Amino acid sequence: MDLAVLLPAVAFYVFAGAAILFAFGVVSARNPVRSVLFLIMTFFSAAGLFVLMGAEFLAMILIMVYVGAVAVLFLFVVMMLDIDLVEARQGFADYLPLGGLLAFILTVELIVLGASWHVSAKADGLRQAPISADQDNLRAISEVLYTDYAFFIEAAGLVLLVAMIGAIVLTNFHKKGVKRQSISAQVARKAEDGVELVDVKPGQGL
Amino acid sequence: MNEFFSMLFDTSTALGWTVITLLKVLGFVVVLLISLAFILLADRKIWAAVQMRKGPNVVGAFGLLQSFADFLKFAFKEVIIPAGTDKFIFIMAPFLSLTMAFIAWAVIPVAPGWVISDLNVGILYLLAISSLGVYGIILGGWASNSKYSFLGALRSTAQMVSYEVSIGFVIVTVLLLAGSMNLSEIVEAQAGGFWHWYGIALSPITLVMLPMMVVFFISALAETNRPPFDLPEAESELVAGYQVEYSSTLYLLFMIGEYLNIVLMCAMVTILFLGGWHAPFDFAPFTWVPPFVWFSIKLLFIFFLFAMVKAIVPRYRYDQLMRLGWKVFLPISMSAVVLVSAWVVFVQGGA
Repeated sequence: MDLAVLLPAVAFYVFAGAAILFAFGVVSARNPVRSVLFLIMTFFSAAGLFVLMGAEFLAMILIMVYVGAVAVLFLFVVMMLDIDLVEARQGFADYLPLGGLLAFILTVELIVLGASWHVSAKADGLRQAPISADQDNLRAISEVLYTDYAFFIEAAGLVLLVAMIGAIVLTNFHKKGVKRQSISAQVARKAEDGVELVDVKPGQGL
Repeated sequence: MNEFFSMLFDTSTALGWTVITLLKVLGFVVVLLISLAFILLADRKIWAAVQMRKGPNVVGAFGLLQSFADFLKFAFKEVIIPAGTDKFIFIMAPFLSLTMAFIAWAVIPVAPGWVISDLNVGILYLLAISSLGVYGIILGGWASNSKYSFLGALRSTAQMVSYEVSIGFVIVTVLLLAGSMNLSEIVEAQAGGFWHWYGIALSPITLVMLPMMVVFFISALAETNRPPFDLPEAESELVAGYQVEYSSTLYLLFMIGEYLNIVLMCAMVTILFLGGWHAPFDFAPFTWVPPFVWFSIKLLFIFFLFAMVKAIVPRYRYDQLMRLGWKVFLPISMSAVVLVSAWVVFVQGGA
């Protein structure tokens, strides 16, 4: 068999299998920190799959945003909270039927979606990559995002800005009586403002 | 036999590609590790000279073999794993930290064509990998099961995550000017004398790019936990931060990873702002010097600045550090991105 066909196929199954295994590790690990580590490995496998598809930009963004930022925050929270595992696992049997049902419905939906996508009348058009072959995916993505849909990107950015301001307003309290540092006042302060030289005569107080 | 060898070094076949890449990786690792030994010594010597001491001068002539002696000492000491640690993660963390420091070098071009992988999104790869460097520290600090380590790890992580943001924006200004994310192309775009280097170009945009180089340099200090931003290991407060509980080889791995990251940051300043392997003048006596030598000279100069900063600047307070990152560098670098894009579109006429 041709190596050029075999190698990507092997790589795909390795990454896909690893992704599924690690994803299982996320939900089955007893230690929450280990669980987050499994999550990180799942992200890595997904990034590997992106690279195999020729979408190296998405792969890098996935690692940068999810592994480099989001998972670090998860890790932060999980490390600082003292999670009692025994308590968290109570009621496992009670929720099992409901959870199983939800998982079953989702799986069926995914299968139906995939199958109908395959046999759809417009199947060929749907499967075509929307970029021409002579363009690298970085340029293609930026053209779609910042030229064709520039206003939608800006609207999304505004929504994020509002959300950020909202989060700050909700959590920012100024306690009364706490001295706050004013850098400009501190820098502008001279020796004359704070020091007074007094000529004290001998034998006298102030 | 001859055919076998020609296939072995032919990059178009799978076997040849593997062999060539492995050789390149080996070359990079060996050169990096050996030069690291002397860079470490240089760091201590410069530090000592500023304080009018002699520095290490016993092992070998002028103390040249000091790093190797230290290495042997670390390697032959006992690995102590404290009780109550998460053993697997405790041992994994230093390895992780070292690996992340090494694999970032995969995309660094040190001379024309001298690069392990000439990635199209090289700079994104660097950003992604440097954001992973946090894991070695936070996992090591947590797994040690000690308050000092944990506090050090938390500080370090918050610091690295904060300064990554401004580093990212500074890098965006450079890649706007170069019009590429490929590191070799960024260096090529600065060809033809020092007046084309982005950091010190003879062009109005230097008014923006020179401060950006300074911002990048200071952020690199914070990113690598170097003084004056070495809060994670502030010995007066946290003993030694996230590495309190580490000893012998595991500690050595942390330290090599740290220094590799410092040298990587020096290489990034060289590539992004100082024209990489290009000679400062593009005529005869300067172009005779091999490109790799120019790259090394610039890298070592930046490292000299790193060492001087360590020797002469007092440590920041933690809230000042955070203020500098979020309230000073972030707005400055963001407005620089706006200015540089305006320059690229309206003056250079590119898009």
